[in-house]
Amino acid sequence: MAEPFTTLTSIAAPLLRDNVDTDAIIPSREMKSTGKTGLAGGLFAGWRYCDAERTPNPDFVLNQPEYSMAALLLGGRNFGCGSSREHAVWALAEYGIRCIIAPSFAPIFHGNCIRNGIVPVVLAAEVIAPLAGQQVHVDLAEQAVSAGDATFRFEIDGEAKAMLLEGLDAIDLTFKHRAAIAAFHARDRSQRPWVYLEQNHA
Amino acid sequence: MTTLFDRIWDAHVVACLPGGAGLVAIDRVLLHERTGAAALNALRDAGRTVADPGRVFAIMDHIVDTLPGRTDRTLMPGGQAFITETRAAARAAGIRLFDVGDPDQGIMHVVSPELGIVLPGLTLIAPDSHTCTQGALGALAWGIGSSEAEHAMATGTLRLTRPRAMRVTFTGTPAPGVTAKDMMLSLIAAHGAGGGAGHVVEFAGPAVTALDMEARMTLCNMATEFSAFAGLIAPDDVTFDWLKGRRYAPQGADWDAALAQWQTLRSADDAAFDAEITIDAGLIAPMVSWGTSPQASVAVSGNVPADAGQAMLDYMALAAGAPLIGTPIDAAFIGSCTNARLSDLRRAAALLKGRHVAPGIRAICVPGSSAVRRAAEAEGLDRVFVDAGFEWRMSGCSMCFFAGGESFAEGSRVISSTNRNFESRQGLRVKTHIASPETVAASAIAGAIADARELAHG
Repeated sequence: MAEPFTTLTSIAAPLLRDNVDTDAIIPSREMKSTGKTGLAGGLFAGWRYCDAERTPNPDFVLNQPEYSMAALLLGGRNFGCGSSREHAVWALAEYGIRCIIAPSFAPIFHGNCIRNGIVPVVLAAEVIAPLAGQQVHVDLAEQAVSAGDATFRFEIDGEAKAMLLEGLDAIDLTFKHRAAIAAFHARDRSQRPWVYLEQNHA
Repeated sequence: MTTLFDRIWDAHVVACLPGGAGLVAIDRVLLHERTGAAALNALRDAGRTVADPGRVFAIMDHIVDTLPGRTDRTLMPGGQAFITETRAAARAAGIRLFDVGDPDQGIMHVVSPELGIVLPGLTLIAPDSHTCTQGALGALAWGIGSSEAEHAMATGTLRLTRPRAMRVTFTGTPAPGVTAKDMMLSLIAAHGAGGGAGHVVEFAGPAVTALDMEARMTLCNMATEFSAFAGLIAPDDVTFDWLKGRRYAPQGADWDAALAQWQTLRSADDAAFDAEITIDAGLIAPMVSWGTSPQASVAVSGNVPADAGQAMLDYMALAAGAPLIGTPIDAAFIGSCTNARLSDLRRAAALLKGRHVAPGIRAICVPGSSAVRRAAEAEGLDRVFVDAGFEWRMSGCSMCFFAGGESFAEGSRVISSTNRNFESRQGLRVKTHIASPETVAASAIAGAIADARELAHG
């Protein structure tokens, strides 16, 4: 279950390159345990550190002093593409990122954000670039991003919004549909019996 | 009228949810040892169970070593825990596991079609982005995160916002030496790595229906590199002939009933797609990537674009406008869920037969599954690879990605039949060029990026 998201005010850290992939967000070599924690140190490891001793790379945005407390990332197109690893989102959340604003997101990453309390906001690239370094306010209920005098509305589907706003557990919500699921399976089992593998241990 | 995607989706909607999303029934869940233990243990810790373990399968492919004589121990530090914990969790949940030594072990997207785990019209998910590979059999198959895997196992469903439908039609006939890999790289190069975002992409047209089953899997495999929700090909006699008799495919009267349904799984002639792309396959050349996104790909006979971004050029140590052919390589890799099936190995072996990789080149072949490995050995392909200077490995994802264990030398340049050329994907600062198995084989022989067509004709 994720922490509910209502509003966020944070300096906006720019990572304005297209196709930032999940290998870059959390390299496979940084996924050292079978759990979901202990990942923040590996976040953006290939860009964030100069060497194996993890000397900070001063050129990387999150290493710059003004962005040390950033909870909001600005990204380029197709943010989070590549591997489905939810570790990318777990690492971002553990580090403290609560919102990413980008012109588009890769679909699996987008879904992983929703499940972990990170708000993926879609805005046009030309709107995003000027937000770099500004104090940005995100209001999920209002579906609005504001900075200075400017306010931008964003679209987010109702299901995602509700999940994020209330930090709901999706599995618990779905269990409310148990009767419908059972009815579907009863009907489907007669129509497509081959789908149901009673003994797959052959 | 309705698309193939509509038909599969609509048949799986269990309930409508507030906000326009749907509760969608999931027919198959596949797990691997990279995230399988995390998902199963999280379920257990929450006091939940796998609702229907008979429809969940686990396969060791991501972490397991591919060196002959392998055990649970891995070159990746700490890798053994992923294997042993996934094994224990799968057993506790009553899930069929294709373990390290199982004769059917292999890369999940190779094994699942081989065994008929995936079937036309099914919904199938796995916490692996290349699950879209299995759309080649007419299933709606897509990658998800660990949380979604938990949800699907606990409830038999996922909560989903309906994606849009796109059709990519390949007309014409590809020239000799042009493969499904080249068709996909060509699509992604032309329309961008985000070009399919928000869409289920149905691949159609004469150049698609002419592909054999394995090539169709290569095509759908890289739908995720196009940022598509899934890739999909309407099942036809090629699909049905390929599936018949496979272990988990329906048998007897069930087969006949299934076939009757599967034969209706196609988009209506007047189906309305939200987006359409048409590509003349006759104009496609063998492709190779030059940058760190699959969209940074060009014809192998072409040049690095004059307007290439400096960051990619710096990483790849290439100059704008430089020809790709002749770029010296350090290593060659044939493997992965994209291009390591028997037909891929046969085509590479045809070029390697009687030849040898250039001096100093590290060349590795990792069959896509243990079954592929056996079939290749039965026809002597292993000897061809070994005689040509390739290592011949056990099956797994292997060096498609660097998990902390085995990798290519830091900063080296690799030509690879895999799907991703991201920074450090195959090792620290490794420069990956993705291409077809033919191009990888020809380049290994030349010691530099090469056009396989010249070798085939030479």
